[in-house]
Amino acid sequence: MIKSNKSIKFGLDSFGDIPVDDDGNLFTHAAAIRQVVDEAILADKLGIDAIALGEHHRADFSISSPETVLAGIATKTKNITLASGVTVLSSDDPVRVFERFATLDALSNGRAEVILGRGSFTESFPLFGYDMSDYEILFEEKVELFSKLLTEKPVSWSGTTRASLDNADVYPKTESGHLKTMVGVGGSPRSVIRAAMYGFPMMLAIIGGSPERFVPYVELYQRALKDFGKDPLPIGMHSPGFIAETDEEAMEIAWPAHKTNFDRIGASRGWRPMRYDHFKEEVAHGSLYIGSPETVAKKIASSIKTLGVERFDLVYGGGPMSSSARLNMIELYGKEVIPRVKELLA
Amino acid sequence: MTIGIIGTGKLGIVLAQLAVKANYRVLMAGSDNNRHLALTLSSLVPEASATPRDSLIEASDIIILAIPLSKYRTIKPDELTDKLVIDAMNYWWEVDGDKESLLYSSKNSSEQVQSYFKGASIIKALSHVGYHDLYDHADQAGQLNRRAIAIAGDSPDNVAIVAKLIDTLGFDPVKVGDLAAGKILEPGSALFGASLTKKELQHVLNIKSTTQ
Repeated sequence: MIKSNKSIKFGLDSFGDIPVDDDGNLFTHAAAIRQVVDEAILADKLGIDAIALGEHHRADFSISSPETVLAGIATKTKNITLASGVTVLSSDDPVRVFERFATLDALSNGRAEVILGRGSFTESFPLFGYDMSDYEILFEEKVELFSKLLTEKPVSWSGTTRASLDNADVYPKTESGHLKTMVGVGGSPRSVIRAAMYGFPMMLAIIGGSPERFVPYVELYQRALKDFGKDPLPIGMHSPGFIAETDEEAMEIAWPAHKTNFDRIGASRGWRPMRYDHFKEEVAHGSLYIGSPETVAKKIASSIKTLGVERFDLVYGGGPMSSSARLNMIELYGKEVIPRVKELLA
Repeated sequence: MTIGIIGTGKLGIVLAQLAVKANYRVLMAGSDNNRHLALTLSSLVPEASATPRDSLIEASDIIILAIPLSKYRTIKPDELTDKLVIDAMNYWWEVDGDKESLLYSSKNSSEQVQSYFKGASIIKALSHVGYHDLYDHADQAGQLNRRAIAIAGDSPDNVAIVAKLIDTLGFDPVKVGDLAAGKILEPGSALFGASLTKKELQHVLNIKSTTQ
């Protein structure tokens, strides 16, 4: 199942979590955004392939406009792919999404990448005047329109969620004629089939449980592509993690930050606080890539092999973690983990 | 025994996978078009049969509702009459929209579902454990640290049938009482999201009953 080792790409994903300084004081939102820019510059220097920034509209995450942060990163980096992760298309306007990412593509000499998704937070719906009960139709229609816009030719479209377009041409055009686009999928079969139907590469968000569970979803995607007469397309995965010099140190830093993050979201959604034994279990068998470079590299290599993915993105810095620990993690990811994963897969 | 699962999303698929593994005949119905449903089942749970909802209801000994809570009214009240129905639904912020318009009374969501499907016997179960915990932790009886699933329902006979099903799916069944007592399994309550052993789960129930 595994493709040639050379084709595997490694990325870092952030929602712009608010870091703390060495005395435990929370950064401002503005400083948290600048931290992400610094991290992306470091990642680019280390040769990490991609950075993906997620869109949220709540106090614990600083990034609500990923492409604006990515534009800042664009002018200070050379090679790194600049992705959203995800752009909440349902509560956005596909025309504007295209325009903003085509602009980012210009600023970065072709390094922009949109990862479309429904997202798992709902704050953007009331904020932009959308009804949650239109969740399904909003995404369905807007993905359809977005896929037409990607042809970069005049578009005619009509639907129920936005004004119709009659031969509308949208600018700027990209130099490549193709704005890189993926669809982020959280494990709903319908989303997998939709990604295949439009011919978008799929990014699996695997944030809990065993990665093995997604093997049939990969098969479903491949089968659906075939069924819709499309050529095979790459699949990526993203999962959260943290790396420090030793397993013990990594657990010690990641646990309180992860728990704060998990419990804060859980409080609004009605689930129980995280217990340390479940955290440990998730690190051992689930989808938390936490530990020393060797531990994390082995786990990543195993998931890449199991699922046959061509890209692995590590979601880093979840919860209130110190900025120095985050930067150190990126160093270890670029210098030790990625080369070791490549070695393990060779 | 035939299990009919209405809903082919994340939860419905995992439940179908577990039921197939436990050698039940599994029928599935959802809102996807036939081509998409066929694709989904062929990869994720090939042993299950895509079945029109009316035939599924007719042919199933136990029916599991695994659709968004905001969608149960797309099934007519009399469609489930005389059926044993497991309500695996929860109010879920991500898909159900406005909570107030959906949960309009002080009753828990399963009591509300029961008053809508008057002729059915609604049992609340398989709703408090996340779908990936269901998938990852199904285990044989007697295994150390086997996880438990709580059941709430008004008919003791049907609760017993569901308890047996849950045991064969890979979990220790724990009865929490009548449908009203199922409140403790809902989002915001003590057992929501709880993937615990039987002993741990009973401990939470005991704490609750002594503090009430």
